[in-house]
Amino acid sequence: MLDANASLKLLCEQVRSAWPAAERPVIVGIHTGGAWIAEHLRESLGVVAPISTLDIGFYRDDLSLSGFKGVSSSSLNESIDNREVLLVDDILHSGRTIRAALGALFDYGRPARVRLACLIARDGRELPIQADFIGAQITLERAAKLKLRGPDPLRLELL
Amino acid sequence: MGVAQLDQHGKLRHFLSTEGLPRAVLEEILNLADAFVETSGRAIKSVPLLRGRTIAMLFFESSTRTRSTFELAAKRLSADVLTLDVGASSAAKGETLLDTLRNLEAMHCDLFVVRHADSGAAQFFANHAREGVAVLNAGDGRHAHPTQAMLDIYTIRRHKGPDFGALRVVIVGDVLHSRVARSQIHALNTLHVGELRVAAPATLLPDAVEALGVRVFDDLDLALEDADVVIGLRLQKERMRGAYLPSESEYFQRYGLTTERLKRAKPDCIVMHPGPMNRGVEIASDLADGPHSVILEQVSNGIAVRMAVMALCLGRARQ
Repeated sequence: MLDANASLKLLCEQVRSAWPAAERPVIVGIHTGGAWIAEHLRESLGVVAPISTLDIGFYRDDLSLSGFKGVSSSSLNESIDNREVLLVDDILHSGRTIRAALGALFDYGRPARVRLACLIARDGRELPIQADFIGAQITLERAAKLKLRGPDPLRLELL
Repeated sequence: MGVAQLDQHGKLRHFLSTEGLPRAVLEEILNLADAFVETSGRAIKSVPLLRGRTIAMLFFESSTRTRSTFELAAKRLSADVLTLDVGASSAAKGETLLDTLRNLEAMHCDLFVVRHADSGAAQFFANHAREGVAVLNAGDGRHAHPTQAMLDIYTIRRHKGPDFGALRVVIVGDVLHSRVARSQIHALNTLHVGELRVAAPATLLPDAVEALGVRVFDDLDLALEDADVVIGLRLQKERMRGAYLPSESEYFQRYGLTTERLKRAKPDCIVMHPGPMNRGVEIASDLADGPHSVILEQVSNGIAVRMAVMALCLGRARQ
């Protein structure tokens, strides 16, 4: 089984080398697993500002299929206008969460560039969306469900 | 009675009254409202949640604040909104409620917001609505005004925190004619409020009001002792036929909220009023506009709370 901490370490290394120390991005973690990973990336990048979190519940595309689930407040702590944004999620699968997150993000402002970091990228994309930084890639059976448990310790669970 | 507000999974299907709704549902509304207060603070205030859905506002009774905040709530959810001032159109021509409902269903409306001078009007709509169509009560006669009660409770929670058990809440004035008070009393008791008091002349209290779970005070000054929250009610002159009151000035002397009187309450007490206010009758102007007052905040919170209720009623999975 995948080791969440080893994947996280690889992800942090990639992200660290992507930005010069003087220009750090605004880190936005998708609620809830993405926010846990985002917190680790913040430490690794030495960013002092707290991470922002985004709950994409109001932007989902499956309201009439699976119904509306509780949404917690997003908190974007700084303006993203003309900034580099590092969007963070735990598991990239269909790409629909990221599509929704981009929609939500652009209702907060107009970033200069958005890059995507995911702890795990599994197969099964339904949209033309790929991550810029990936902790690990994995191929699973279509029906398999992969979930990140956390925040401490982080643990990947195959359901 | 009629169709239930909750579906077989315990999810909100219609929102007609706070009476009988479980605590978990009330708290779900309040928690979701938090997230909508956050999005309402952005430059882009709307979210795409109800894109393509149609919400019809049926106001058989006039209203400014409630109607505009419901309308704004629907628009901020990206729904299409149809506002019908029914009092001025079909109803005046003798169309029955049922015909009005069927016509709007034929336009594929997904949710009706109904305000009517008769108690039970929203329940009537819910009883006859097609499967999948939701009804929200925006005030029916003396019966209920559940979104107003929830926005008041949301406002209390923003100021006093989630532990209602620690709070002493006082409702002052015309409880008899007030659908807002009835909805507040049911919801606050479901949330296990510490103590709920009402202060009013006996002529403005319903029979056996104690059975609703309140302590009755004839003397406002005693009722205000150590209060955390004071809610003034509007004197509903339009619903009064006969002699309920000696005179407005005498009423103000005995039951009017003033800065002086509020000194008996806790120093951080908040003062609320559902509007529209009769200044100098239920509440003194300096108090209504002063530091204890959260009356305008109630209006802003009303948008978020109404968004939450609409999102929950239309956000059930289609079977």
